[in-house]
Amino acid sequence: MAKGKTFKRPEALRDCPTHYCPGCTHGVIHRLVAEVIDELGVRGRTVGIAPVGCAVLAYNYFNCDFQEAAHGRAPAMATGIKRVRPDLMVFTYQGDGDLASIGMGEIVHAANRGEKFTTIFVNNAIYGMTGGQMAPTTMPGQRTSTSPFGRDAAQVGMPIRVAELLASLQTPAYIARQTVIKPKYIARARKAIHKAFSYQLANRCFSLVEIVSTCPTNWGMTPLDAVEWTEKTLLAYYPPGEIKTPEAAEER
Amino acid sequence: MGKILMKGNEAIGEAAIRAGCTNYFAYPITPQSEVAEYLARRLPEVGGVFLQGESEVAVSYMIFGASACGERVFTTSSSPGISLMSEGISYIAAAQCPAVFVNIMRGGPGLGGILPSQGDYFQATKGGGHGDYRLLVLAPASVQEAAEMVMQAFSLAEKYRNPVMILGDGLIGQMMEPVAFPEHLATPPVNKDDWATNGMANRGSQRPNLVKTLYLDPEQLNAHNLTLRAKYQRMRQEEVRFEPYNTEVDYQVLIVSFGTMSRVCRTAIDNLKAQGREVAMIRPQTLFPYPEAAVREAAAKASCRVVLSVEMNMGQMVEDVERSVRGQRPVEWFGKCGGEVPTPEEVMEAVRGLLAR
Repeated sequence: MAKGKTFKRPEALRDCPTHYCPGCTHGVIHRLVAEVIDELGVRGRTVGIAPVGCAVLAYNYFNCDFQEAAHGRAPAMATGIKRVRPDLMVFTYQGDGDLASIGMGEIVHAANRGEKFTTIFVNNAIYGMTGGQMAPTTMPGQRTSTSPFGRDAAQVGMPIRVAELLASLQTPAYIARQTVIKPKYIARARKAIHKAFSYQLANRCFSLVEIVSTCPTNWGMTPLDAVEWTEKTLLAYYPPGEIKTPEAAEER
Repeated sequence: MGKILMKGNEAIGEAAIRAGCTNYFAYPITPQSEVAEYLARRLPEVGGVFLQGESEVAVSYMIFGASACGERVFTTSSSPGISLMSEGISYIAAAQCPAVFVNIMRGGPGLGGILPSQGDYFQATKGGGHGDYRLLVLAPASVQEAAEMVMQAFSLAEKYRNPVMILGDGLIGQMMEPVAFPEHLATPPVNKDDWATNGMANRGSQRPNLVKTLYLDPEQLNAHNLTLRAKYQRMRQEEVRFEPYNTEVDYQVLIVSFGTMSRVCRTAIDNLKAQGREVAMIRPQTLFPYPEAAVREAAAKASCRVVLSVEMNMGQMVEDVERSVRGQRPVEWFGKCGGEVPTPEEVMEAVRGLLAR
């Protein structure tokens, strides 16, 4: 027997092309989530919840049960599922317009109740599917179709750091932020997703992994420039790392 | 089992449990908060799920999530709360998930008031949310009927894979009446493995289930809407319910009235009979599907001169009465809102006014 592993498609992903743009990181994130689902052996009891946004069609790519939410409401749907079927493994997959703007109420209260589901929060600092409008996470000065002169913090405030905001709640939770723009970051993101799902399976706490992502199409950049801008600008404001663990929260 | 004296709101909560639904999500709002207060104590006794959500919007999606994974689930609210839930109700109807919503109506529009009203007739029967969907709407006129309709609602919701609404009013919720929970109305939940997201392994399948409402292809969206329409047509054929009152005599006036208001009309009809005036009533028990044929046939009786829709609102159901009567007789409206239920004397006065014309 030859040593090592064969690189192959995870069972939790379907064998089909995606609709995502060149240079978009959704594909990498989908793969990481699918790998973790395979590794934990829970595909047969997993329910994913698709957001409104570019990832609304995520159910075409994942190979497990899925529900499709209204804009921002995925955490409420996940709450409904986990309360009546705690044996199911539930994750929401949400972008920054979905989660940090219209769905801020739902995510804060689900986190604060300590709902036992996992949120994969894809933050690319812009609305993707609707065509590049300003998001709550858009950087100061960043030009979007609804902030054509750059985000003016004096008018619309500073970008929201969702992970830190949720970590400020007293309820124990696992909250981490990672990115997938370079191979060195991908392994860390995968580890964070694995931890998040594991906490859920242990019925321990709410878990959220924010993944700082790219949107070359709506940023008006090449994929390479987008990676560079993410690393220099976004990661400076949205630093990667574990922001809260249930162990630390319980020790307080 | 004998009857016990219960407040309407509490009977509604108990009826759901007796029907086999032990999952409840809600947000407090007057005049129906007693349902949540009752179930917060009662559901833990039966191993059920009680959760107070952060808003009616969130609650409607908790209902959606729970229903979409195949479990029986319900919520209760009152008018402004139902407005907030209407977004979720549109999605649930579009996704063809069974769920039960109870609206204990209060006066509107806006914050309105907290007293009984029937001002949400349009919202319930014509679609409070966006798009072409319908709810199966049941309108109880007593605590007993409210309990029975709640018990029946779960199997109706499953039969049609559609949300069912119980449209009561503050009086039904707040008054106490003797109530029994007929065991034969409790039906076991149907198997939902062919569509529910309950985990592939749990149903021994290799095929994922998907609950969704997005159809970007125009032909597919049209086909989806035709599927929904066929279902609503089937409801029109199979689920119409109404109660006739004093229709066997030669009446001059036909009243159409539902819920609490119909009870006042019944007293008015009895009093008028004692004075030698014959008035009949059709009481719709389903508001959608509407008992169009029953209203039309009752209006067509040779002795009938005029049809009067009596409602605790500014004239909503009267449009369905007109639609049913199809111009065969004049159709008038009498009503009041704000929380004061019209008295039998006021209804009698309205009838006498019509007969004097």
